[in-house]
Amino acid sequence: MTEAPSLSRGRAFRRAASTALSSRWSLVALLALLAVLTVVFGALEGISGSRLLGLTVRGVLLGGVLALGALGITLVFGVLKMANFAHGDYMTTGAYLGLVVMALLPAGAPVLGLGFGYEFVVALIVVMPLTGLVAYGLDRITFRRLRRRRAAPVMMAMAALGLAFGVRSIVYMVFGADFTFYYQGAARPVVELLPGLRVRTDQLFILGAAVVLIILVYLLLERTKIGKAMRAMADNADLARISGIATERVVFWTWLISGALAGAGGMLYGLDVQLRPEMGWWLLLPLFAAVILGSIGHVYGALFGALVMGIVWQVSSAFVNPAYGPAAAFVVMILALLVRPQGLMGGER
Amino acid sequence: MNDATFLARTVLLGVPLYLLLVVVLRGASAVVKHAVAVVAGLGVAALLVLVMPPGSLSYIVTFLLMGSVYAVITLGLNVQWGYTGLFNIGVAAFFAIGAFTSALFTTLEPTGAMAAFTQQAFGLGAPFWVGLLAAGLVAGLLALVVGSPTLRLRGDYLAIATIGISELVRLVFQNERWLANGPQPLRGLPQPLSCLTSSNGCSYLPDFINTFFAPLSPRDYPYVYVAIVALVLFLVYMGLERAIRSPWGRVLRAVREDEDSAAMSGKNVAAFRMQAFVVGAVIMGIGGSLYAHYVVAIDYGHFDPLYGTFLIWVMLMLGGSGNNRGAVLGALLVWAIWTGASFLVDAMRPTLASISPDLPQRGPYIRFFLIALLMLFIVLYRPRGVLPEEKVVSLARD
Repeated sequence: MTEAPSLSRGRAFRRAASTALSSRWSLVALLALLAVLTVVFGALEGISGSRLLGLTVRGVLLGGVLALGALGITLVFGVLKMANFAHGDYMTTGAYLGLVVMALLPAGAPVLGLGFGYEFVVALIVVMPLTGLVAYGLDRITFRRLRRRRAAPVMMAMAALGLAFGVRSIVYMVFGADFTFYYQGAARPVVELLPGLRVRTDQLFILGAAVVLIILVYLLLERTKIGKAMRAMADNADLARISGIATERVVFWTWLISGALAGAGGMLYGLDVQLRPEMGWWLLLPLFAAVILGSIGHVYGALFGALVMGIVWQVSSAFVNPAYGPAAAFVVMILALLVRPQGLMGGER
Repeated sequence: MNDATFLARTVLLGVPLYLLLVVVLRGASAVVKHAVAVVAGLGVAALLVLVMPPGSLSYIVTFLLMGSVYAVITLGLNVQWGYTGLFNIGVAAFFAIGAFTSALFTTLEPTGAMAAFTQQAFGLGAPFWVGLLAAGLVAGLLALVVGSPTLRLRGDYLAIATIGISELVRLVFQNERWLANGPQPLRGLPQPLSCLTSSNGCSYLPDFINTFFAPLSPRDYPYVYVAIVALVLFLVYMGLERAIRSPWGRVLRAVREDEDSAAMSGKNVAAFRMQAFVVGAVIMGIGGSLYAHYVVAIDYGHFDPLYGTFLIWVMLMLGGSGNNRGAVLGALLVWAIWTGASFLVDAMRPTLASISPDLPQRGPYIRFFLIALLMLFIVLYRPRGVLPEEKVVSLARD
């Protein structure tokens, strides 16, 4: 028994060390280390700093789109405590709904030096609530039934997987497996942000639209009654229910917002890159990487994660085949989980 | 069909039927059981070969063959999900790594003019069984690497990690030409015992066997392969049944039901989760190898999450997770639905064409839609599957 104090002191030291190692700051330090390593390796490989800077800017632009998807995933997780693996395919749904709506609108001339006309903006505004309703409708016929039965979260995730493939096979049936564009062969005007750093004006629009939507979500969550109810339910669903919050109404708004953001994210990604039935599935990985990095269920963590993953995706293309971008995001997520399993914003364990 | 062909086909088809009967028959002593199974298996095989038109029979044989390959992979998933509750939605990763490992081990590196068309990291030209074991081993190693950072995390994190691994594996095989011919298919995988169906026979087998199977033509190869696949499936099934009824299997179920109380009983939960994950992955890798040697040419497209992961999940969920019989039954049922749906879509062609001229060629996606609906139906209405998990009583020590 005489050894007990020193043993427990050793244990206490180890616990303190592991707590320090898994603190928020060590996660930030890990990301900083990765950034430094990138610059060093870039220098060794002969990749110029301006190229890396350019890719970082592109990463921020991509991060805006990822943030729209990641916000939806994290909101749904916060309120409903389920990982929605169909979220990527909701983005696909939005992108293709946009294609349909734009076909109904008369095509206008490109405006304000952008690569598209007013009809894209109109379609965006129409598609957002539409995708939100699709997401809610699918919840009504699947997840709600499982919630009523108090099914395990894993069964929800499995139903989401079924929805993901179901939605995608509908897209395949209606639109075929080939990729397509909103504007086939249209000119894509570019603008020089810094000397040697050119981005497409469309991409600036995409980032602007994403920022506006994120601010709207912030206002909705912080300033409106329904936002407050959503936060209450994310905190403690049972407590929210007995405090008289109409939980089904909160569920409706959660899906509407998350679906609308997914629809917008899908259309904006489609405008930037291309539309294809698998786009949502491929985005799922960087999206969840972003959400998990920032702690699943945390809105601001998701925004931070999306920014990081967008940059990782783009900057990795300087070193490896660009096809590996989403996988690079995934690898960074695994590294982050090793340091801090609960993510950036999660509580201390 | 002459008598010699009849005999050869009957014996080959008798193998899966015999193994099936050994699993299904209950009671009686072992000797009686095996005797009944041999006689009945050969009898049913003979009847099938006699009565069925050869075209339909070879269709059924091919169906059984692919269904059994999927059954092996579904059994692997059952260890992970059914018994241990590990939410692995990256089955395709282990499936693909098994298939490509086996391909690299059993083919030879191309030389001369062929080298311009096919690149591969190495080619050992080893026999099929070496490829099969290597496939299991490498898939198990991958599971070890993936599992160590992710298995201690929550269920949905593991799900994302496994999706990530399956996408990563697919991307690697799609883009790295030097590894396994990249986007182009890797062709010419050897088919085990295919020499039986060639005119020369197998040099390493005694003459009387070669003479017995001499009447077979290369078109009869599925009869040979179905016997091999059935044997592997049987061994995997029996091994798992034994493992699940052992104390080890009991701990897995305890971990699935209540991690904390399993840990409180002194069980190293993390280690058991890892063991189940690796065992499941090894089986999936073996399934991948079986698949690869049947289709002969493989590329990354075969391991799309739709075919490589989702279909297998539907098989397990429909059959009944936590029940090895259910896993096998589910694999055969879903494979029947899947292949049957292609007939349905073919029959619907005129109707589809009248809706839209593009629709008939998108038939495969109609099948996927049906499978996705089936998955949703199972999760919503029949989450326990056709053969729900039974209360398992551990084997008594004898």
